[in-house]
Amino acid sequence: MPFNLLVLACLSYVVLLFIVAFVAERRAALGRIGWLRSPVVYTLSLSIYCTAWTFYGAVGYAARSGLEFVTIYLGPTIVFVGWWLLLRKLVRIGRQQRVTSIADLVSSRFGKSNLLGVVVTALAVVAATPYIALQLQSVTLSFGVFASGTPEGWALPDRDATAIWVAGGLALFTILFGTRNLDAKEQHHGVVLAIAVEAVVKLVALLAVGIFVVWGLGGGPAAVFARIDASAIGEWQVQPGRWTGLIFVSAAAVICLPRMFQVMVVEDGDERHMALASWAFPLYLLLMSLFIVPIAVVGLERMPAGANPDMFVLTLPLAEGQGALAMLAFLGGFSSATSMVIVESIALATMVSNHVVMPLWLRLRPKAAISGDVRRIVLLSRRLAIVGVLTLGYLYYRMSGGSAALASIGLIAFVGMAQVLPVLVGGLYWRGATKAGAVAGLLCGFAVWAFTLYLPSFGPDAALSAATFEQGLGGIGWLRPQGLFGVEAMDPLLHALFWSLSLNTAAFCLFSLLTFPGPVERMQGAAFVNVFDAESAGSLGWSRGRAEPEALLVMAQRILGDENALALFASEARAQGKEGFLPDATPDFVAGLERRLAGSVGAATAHAMISQIVGRATVSVEDLMAVANETAQIMEYSARLEAQQEELTRTATQLREANEKLQQLSVQKDAFLSQISHELRTPMTSIRAFSEILTEGDLPPEIVANYGRIIHEEAIRLTRLLDDLLDLSVLENGSVQLNVGVANIQQLIDRALAAAGQSRPERNFLIVRDLPAENIFVRTDPDRLVQVFINLVSNARKYCDAKEPELRIKVRQRAGRVSVDFIDNGSGIPKQNQAIIFEKFARLTDQTRAGGAGLGLAICREVMANLGGAINYLPGQGGAAFRVTLPLRLDRKAA
Amino acid sequence: MRARRAPLFLKRRSYRRRRLRDAARMLPVVGLFLLMLPMLWANGSSERQSTAWDGLFVFAVWSGLLVAAAAMAPGLSEEQGADGEGGAAAAGRPQDDA
Repeated sequence: MPFNLLVLACLSYVVLLFIVAFVAERRAALGRIGWLRSPVVYTLSLSIYCTAWTFYGAVGYAARSGLEFVTIYLGPTIVFVGWWLLLRKLVRIGRQQRVTSIADLVSSRFGKSNLLGVVVTALAVVAATPYIALQLQSVTLSFGVFASGTPEGWALPDRDATAIWVAGGLALFTILFGTRNLDAKEQHHGVVLAIAVEAVVKLVALLAVGIFVVWGLGGGPAAVFARIDASAIGEWQVQPGRWTGLIFVSAAAVICLPRMFQVMVVEDGDERHMALASWAFPLYLLLMSLFIVPIAVVGLERMPAGANPDMFVLTLPLAEGQGALAMLAFLGGFSSATSMVIVESIALATMVSNHVVMPLWLRLRPKAAISGDVRRIVLLSRRLAIVGVLTLGYLYYRMSGGSAALASIGLIAFVGMAQVLPVLVGGLYWRGATKAGAVAGLLCGFAVWAFTLYLPSFGPDAALSAATFEQGLGGIGWLRPQGLFGVEAMDPLLHALFWSLSLNTAAFCLFSLLTFPGPVERMQGAAFVNVFDAESAGSLGWSRGRAEPEALLVMAQRILGDENALALFASEARAQGKEGFLPDATPDFVAGLERRLAGSVGAATAHAMISQIVGRATVSVEDLMAVANETAQIMEYSARLEAQQEELTRTATQLREANEKLQQLSVQKDAFLSQISHELRTPMTSIRAFSEILTEGDLPPEIVANYGRIIHEEAIRLTRLLDDLLDLSVLENGSVQLNVGVANIQQLIDRALAAAGQSRPERNFLIVRDLPAENIFVRTDPDRLVQVFINLVSNARKYCDAKEPELRIKVRQRAGRVSVDFIDNGSGIPKQNQAIIFEKFARLTDQTRAGGAGLGLAICREVMANLGGAINYLPGQGGAAFRVTLPLRLDRKAA
Repeated sequence: MRARRAPLFLKRRSYRRRRLRDAARMLPVVGLFLLMLPMLWANGSSERQSTAWDGLFVFAVWSGLLVAAAAMAPGLSEEQGADGEGGAAAAGRPQDDA
């Protein structure tokens, strides 16, 4: 098979994945999530457990040690069929606490401690390195198979070059689809769907090879059964230690591996999905392992003695002249490797940015929490982290020489991540587990694992000197990496697993028993362990009323993005019975906001950022005790009272707001009456005066003409005022006639800017626009819409008091609606006036500057209501900002 | 506080539901037990064992486990709407997914 064809197939496969991911992202962005979140996609995405290790390495493993390879899939099977015990709780907590990674979960459970986040992150990065190297190695090996096995005999480009190309391509894909958004939770619909597709490809590929081997080469199941019995691996010896140890370590890995945690909990954790996955995922694993032994046996029979059994999946079809099948198998292996690397690097990048970069950055620039552009920093650090993680994987691949068996590399990573298990399980089920215990356990396990398994994996004299291997650390005999405390008879892997986990668990328990947890820790502990009980425990009392809602909004916008933050605040304000975008900063609201932010930047960082605005949480251990001691009856009674009171408060707030508005309106109405009589009288007076002069006659013709012009202009002013009033009353009655047609927003804005240029033409405005985003066609009444735009633009021209005035126009389309924001850089509208600017006759500045009757925004509001949209004031944008929203297609009924 | 309000004996339906959950908790233990059996055979008459027959056994246990899990899954996910453990006692409690 020519090399070009192979590369072409690879590239077109990647392009297909790009398209899949892109389409999924588009659908999700439009709000049409639907089947993107179905249980089937969820189950398929879990299959990233099966990496290139499974696809290529399992056959090699079976050829070397018989049936032992199934342990790697039996562990996850037991965890998943027993989902009711552990996974259900994990997923529920993940959803409730908006967990972003396994490091975030551990950090959040133990009092939102950043130290723990850093430790777990470091462990995960170090443990993932060999695993990523394994994927690079397998892809490189598979390229090598095609290079050597063909008569065309093309030379494989340098082995390292291949690995670099693969790593670079993966980094690009991951950055494109893994770090596009920072919304709500860390969900990546595009990536998840691409992975589900890859899951199907690798299953089909492996089954195809298996069927070919069993029915094509082996002569049917019965014959293959006999062949297995007769083959070199027909007899095997169970090593009880390895059998149980590997089942255990793979069970631990499926829970703790960063990428498994990412797809299982973070992307789409839902108990409904879990119920299907509880049997469908084990089924997937079973199908993947079904043909492993037959392939190994037939491979051993037919291939030359020196052939690498890790590559049988490829070399068998190639040797039998099945080029197409080999190509399919190659794509399957390619899928397994790429999907693992993509998700793993996303998970690790999230951890690194949330637990290492963000806290560091906040410490260096504490002010930045409130004003800086946090989103850019987070995304940038994630992108760099992805590149960094892949570089580490590549370096490990170079250093280890790319020679070891695939399975043995993978197991090193498994044992490393299994170190999180004691802390994780302890944290979920034992309220007495403390932060000190968790740190001690993790550090202890990390150190022992590194010393006994990770560093020795580079070989003698690479990371550890040969003398250390022989005589132990510092010449102490019982500190030998593979014979700790004199235990030498054990298999090195089991030895490392045994000692690291035992010491880890012992340290965790001991330090937990001896230390006393802080208040936040105890709250979180109770919330995690009792997650299925009443969900009252949880929000830690933020002190009331110390936070300025606008400051919170500005900070939330930096992390969640303008749209989401405004929507969140608006819905909360509505729940509190208030209008506009700014709710009161009640403790509940602040706690909810913290959880929401935690979904983007992790619990520890979110906690730190909120406390910079609100001040420290004001809960002491005594308060906790007091809450816990209250009897159920009192709590229930007070809950009822509280509910009633809340209802009353809400009604009172609404009434008060209505009353305030009425009073203001009444004042305005009085003011307007005198205003309108003034407005009417001024032109009337001059008309009367000049017409009296004209009736006296005896005037030169040029003066007559001049006076006539003045009378005419004043009459026009009168008419315009009366027109406005008439227009408004027609709009308010809803009896207006709309001329609905298709129009382009961009052209409408052009028209508005041209028309509004006449008001205060001496001011030089900088207009900031995004022309491509404006290119949206809407079905509406274009003239009416332009009227609104003109009004907003000329308002900005009139009232913006900045030295170098600037007007930003932002157009966005979301879920069938278009929003157009007009934002200037002036001093904005004071909070107390934001509620009345849309009322009739409201004028904030004195009339000489305004020059209108105060009807403009009132007309705008009515126009937008008639167009099925709305116009609102946007607070917190650094100037006066108005948002016009309208539907893409105006409904006939609304017209 | 819920324990005080929960009745001592449950209706037939809630009773069955609870036993189903018990079964779900036992399933991994049963699976683990069955998968440990090949180790015991090793100490029998011969040192070496047949890969083919052991493989058949492992895959049979495996399929059995996932069939059992599939049979229980609908029943387990059904009452997600009601509260975790409470059955009838907790049915009135509003679910608050914050």
